[in-house]
Amino acid sequence: MPGGAGRADVSPHRTGTLAVGLLVATVVLIAAAVASLAIGNRAIDPLTVVRALAAYDDANPLHLMVMELRVPRTLLGILVGAALAVCGGLIQAFTRNPLADPGILGVNAGASFAVTFAVGVLGLTTPGTYVPFALAGAFILTVIVYALGSVGASGATPMKLTLAGVALGAACTGFTTAIVLRDEGTLQVMRFWSVGSIGGRTLDQLTWAAPLIVAGLVIGLLCARSLNALTLGDELAQALGVRVRSTRVWVVVAVTLLAGTAVAAAGPIAFVGLMIPHVVRWFTGPDQRWVLTYSMVLGPAFLLLADVLGRIVLPSGELRVGIVTALLGAPILIMLVRRKRVSGL
Amino acid sequence: MSVIDHGRRLIRVETAHTATLVPVRSVLVCLGLVVVIIGAGLFAMTIGAYEIGFDAVIRAIVDPASDPDVRQVVTEWRLPRVLFAVLCGAALALAGGIFQSLTRNPLGSPDIIGFGVGAQFGVTLTMLVLGLNTYLFKAAGALVGGLLTALLVALLANRHTMSSFRLIIVGIGVSAGLGSLTSWILISVSVEQAMMAATWGAGSLASLGFDQLLPAATAFVVFALLARPLRRSLPVLEMGDDAAMALGVRPGRTRLIAMVVGVALVALVTAAAGPISFIALAAPQIAQRLTRSNTPMGLAPVMLTGAALVIVSDAVAQLLAVPVGVVTLSVGGIYLTCLLAAQFVRRT
Amino acid sequence: MTTSLLARDLTLGYGDAPIVSELSLEVPDDSFTIVIGPNACGKSTLLRGLARLLRPTAGAVLLDGTDIRASKPKDTARRLGLLPQSAIAPDGITVADLVGRGRFPHQSAMRTWSSADEAAVSEAMAATGVTELSRRLVDELSGGQRQRVWVAMALAQQTKHLLLDEPTTFLDIAHQIELMELFTDLHRSGTTLVAVLHDLNHAARYATHLVAMRDGAIVAQGDPQEIITADLVEAVYDLPCQVITDPVSGTPLVLPLGRRSR
Repeated sequence: MPGGAGRADVSPHRTGTLAVGLLVATVVLIAAAVASLAIGNRAIDPLTVVRALAAYDDANPLHLMVMELRVPRTLLGILVGAALAVCGGLIQAFTRNPLADPGILGVNAGASFAVTFAVGVLGLTTPGTYVPFALAGAFILTVIVYALGSVGASGATPMKLTLAGVALGAACTGFTTAIVLRDEGTLQVMRFWSVGSIGGRTLDQLTWAAPLIVAGLVIGLLCARSLNALTLGDELAQALGVRVRSTRVWVVVAVTLLAGTAVAAAGPIAFVGLMIPHVVRWFTGPDQRWVLTYSMVLGPAFLLLADVLGRIVLPSGELRVGIVTALLGAPILIMLVRRKRVSGL
Repeated sequence: MSVIDHGRRLIRVETAHTATLVPVRSVLVCLGLVVVIIGAGLFAMTIGAYEIGFDAVIRAIVDPASDPDVRQVVTEWRLPRVLFAVLCGAALALAGGIFQSLTRNPLGSPDIIGFGVGAQFGVTLTMLVLGLNTYLFKAAGALVGGLLTALLVALLANRHTMSSFRLIIVGIGVSAGLGSLTSWILISVSVEQAMMAATWGAGSLASLGFDQLLPAATAFVVFALLARPLRRSLPVLEMGDDAAMALGVRPGRTRLIAMVVGVALVALVTAAAGPISFIALAAPQIAQRLTRSNTPMGLAPVMLTGAALVIVSDAVAQLLAVPVGVVTLSVGGIYLTCLLAAQFVRRT
Repeated sequence: MTTSLLARDLTLGYGDAPIVSELSLEVPDDSFTIVIGPNACGKSTLLRGLARLLRPTAGAVLLDGTDIRASKPKDTARRLGLLPQSAIAPDGITVADLVGRGRFPHQSAMRTWSSADEAAVSEAMAATGVTELSRRLVDELSGGQRQRVWVAMALAQQTKHLLLDEPTTFLDIAHQIELMELFTDLHRSGTTLVAVLHDLNHAARYATHLVAMRDGAIVAQGDPQEIITADLVEAVYDLPCQVITDPVSGTPLVLPLGRRSR
C-alpha cells in the first residue's frame, strides 16, 4: 500500500533499528579505512598511522608511505565507493530493475572512448592530461543517451534509456577497439586503464573528483523521496504529487556526476554499484532514503576491503581492485539471483 | 491467392504432397539480399595488397585459363574469406533469431549466455598462458572456453523453471568474472602478446582459407538442418508455454534443442573467426523489419541478412585495416541507435 | 451418455501439498461442462491437469481411452484444445497470423499451409466476429477484441474438446455474454466444452453439466437445474443466498443475501 512520497508506515521501532545499523555500518567503514591505511606490502601498525595523520614527520619513511600512498588511495576508495554504490541505488530505483548497474547509461563506454581518443589519436600520455577527457566523455555520452531516450512523447522512460545506453555504448566500444588495436602504445595505456584501480593517484588528483562526487551524492539523496514514489510507476507518482520529468532529470544528473567522476578517477569498476544497494535493501527495505544512506557508507567499506584484499592475496605485486570486485561480485550476484525472490524495490 | 486478409501479399501453393504460403515480400527481399551479397563479395575480392579490378576478379573465378597469379590470389586467399563471411553471417543471424524468439526479447542474444566472453578467456589462456598459438589450438581454446561458459551459465541459471531474467543476470555475472580474469592476464603479459589476444578478441576473417572453411561449412549445414523444424515450432513457443503445449509443442524439449543449435552455431563462428558482435542481435531484427514478419525466427531471410551484413562489414574492415568485429560493433551500435530513435518516435 | 475425456484418481499439486487429491471426473460428451468454486479450490489446477499442462503426481487423464501423457502432444492437440489464461501475443503480430498459429497441430514440414488451414481460420474468425480485424495488429485491439481473437485461435484448432480457463475475466458484461453465447453456439455444433468460470450465475445459465468444487474435491455435479440450491451455494462458497428461477432463461439464479437483508 503506497504510503505517500515518503514512507510514513515505518514504525519508530524500525527507524531505531535502522539508525543503529547505520552506526554499525559507519564503524565498519572506519575499520576498513584503517585497514586500508595499515595493510599493504609493508604492514604499518595503526598507531603509526594515527601519528602520521596527526603529527606528520616527513623524514619518517613510514609516515611518507601513509601520506603519499595510502591516504590518497583510501580517500579515493571512499569517494569512488560511495559514488558507485549510491549511483547504483539511484539507477536501480530509476529503472525499476533491481539488478541494474551504473554502467548502463553508457558512462564507462563514453569515458573509455574519450581516453582512447586522447591517448591514441591526440597522443597524450600522462594521466593528468587524459583524465579530463574521461570526465568529458562520460558526461557527453550520458547526455546523448538521455537525449536519445527522451525522443518520443513519453519522454525518458527507464526502458528507453536502458536501450539507448546499450546501443550507444556498443557503438562507442566499437570505435574504442578500432583505435586501441591500431597501435601498441595505445593498447599499453588502455589495457591498464580499463581495469579499475584506486592506487597510484595523488592527492591533487582528488581535488577535482571530490566536489563532483559530493555534489552528486547530495543531489541523489535529495531525490530519494521522489524516487520512492517513482518506483511505484509514473502515473501513481504523478498522482502523489511528484514532478516526474524534473525528478528524472535530477536523477540522471546525479548518476552522471557520480558514475562519470568515479570512472574518470579510478577507471571502470564493476559490481559495487550493482551489489551494494541490492544487499542493503535486504536490511533496510525499499525506502530509498535509507538505501542510499547505507549504500554511501557500505559502498566505500566494500571497495576498501576489496582493495586491501587485492594487496595481500598475491605472493608478489597486487591485484587491482577492478578485478577483485568482479571476482568477488560475480559469485555473489549469481547466488543472489538464485534465491527464490530477488529483493525488490 | 489467400482467402483471408493477412494484410500482405501471399501466394498459396498446393500440390498433392506439399502445401505452403509464400510471402511475396520475403521472396523479393531474399532476391535483393542475394544480389547485395554477390555484389559486395565481388567488390571485397578487389581489395587487398595486390590490386585487382572488378572484371579481373570475375574472370579469375569463371575462366580457368586466366592469369594464374590473379587466379591464385582470388581463389585461394580472397574467395574463401568471402565465403567465410557468408557462413559466419548466416550462422550468427540464425543463432540470433533462435535466441530472440526463445527469450521473446529483441535484445536477446547469444551474448547473454556469456559465450563470447568465455571464448575470449579460453583463447587468451591458450595463447598467453599455455603459449599455444596455432589456428587449431586457438579454435579449440575458443570452443572449450565458450561451451564451458555457456554450460556454466545454463546450470547456474536453472532452477525449477527457466527464467530469462535469471539467465541474463547469471550471464552478466559469469561474463564479468571471466572478463576480469581475461583483463588480468592481459595486464600481466607483454604488450605484444596482449595485442595478439586482443586482436583475436575483436573477431577477424583474415587468414581463413579453404582448409578451415570445409569443416566449418559441414558443421553449419548440419545445424541449419536441425534448425528447420524450429522455424515452425519456435513461433508457437513465443506465445507462452501453456499455449504452446496446448498446440502440441513440447516446450522443454524444443527449448533445449533450440539452445543447443543456437550455441553450436555461435561456437562454430567464434572458433573460426573470434567473436563478431552484433550480427546475432541486428540481423534477425533487420530481416524481420524488411520482410514484415511477425517473428524474429526465420531461415532464408534471416541468414541472408546476416551474410549480407558480414560481407559488407568485412569489405569495410579491409578498407580500414581493422578487424571485422570492430566494424560490426560500431556500425551495429549506430544502426541500433537509429532504429531505437525511429521506434521511440513511432510507438510512444 | 459417453465420455471421451475423464480424470481418474487424479492428484495434482505443486510440491508437497496436493491441490487436487484423488479426484475423478467424467466429462460427458457433447456437454458444456462448467467448473465453479471459490478461489484456490483447485478448479484451474484441475483444468490444467486435464489439458496436460500439469504432470499428475498420481492418477491419470484419459482421452478416448488412452492416457494423454502417453500420446504424442501433436495428436492430443488435434483432439483437445485449450484457451489458456496467460497467453502472450508476440509483438507486431496480426490477427490473421495469430489465429493461423492455431493450425500448428495440423501442419507438417511439407504442408505448412493448406486449404484446410485456410478454411479453418476463416471459419474461426467468422464465428468469433473478428474477420474485419483480420489485418490489424493484436497489440492495438481492445481487451474484448483480443480475447475473441484468442478464442478464434482455439477454434481454428478444430478440436472435439475445448478447455477454457476463465475466458471471460477482465471483459465487460456485454462481451462476457457475447462470448458465452458464442460458446453455446460452439457447443451446439458438436464441440465438448469444459470451462472454469468465476461467475456462478453465468455458469448456472449456460452449463449443461455443472461441477462444483471446494478444497480440491468435487462437492456436487450434474444438471444445474437440479444441483443448484441455496444449501449447495452455502456449502461451496460460504455464501448465504436465495435461489430463484431466472425469468428470462429459466435457469437457476443465485441471489446473495447481503448483511442488511438478513
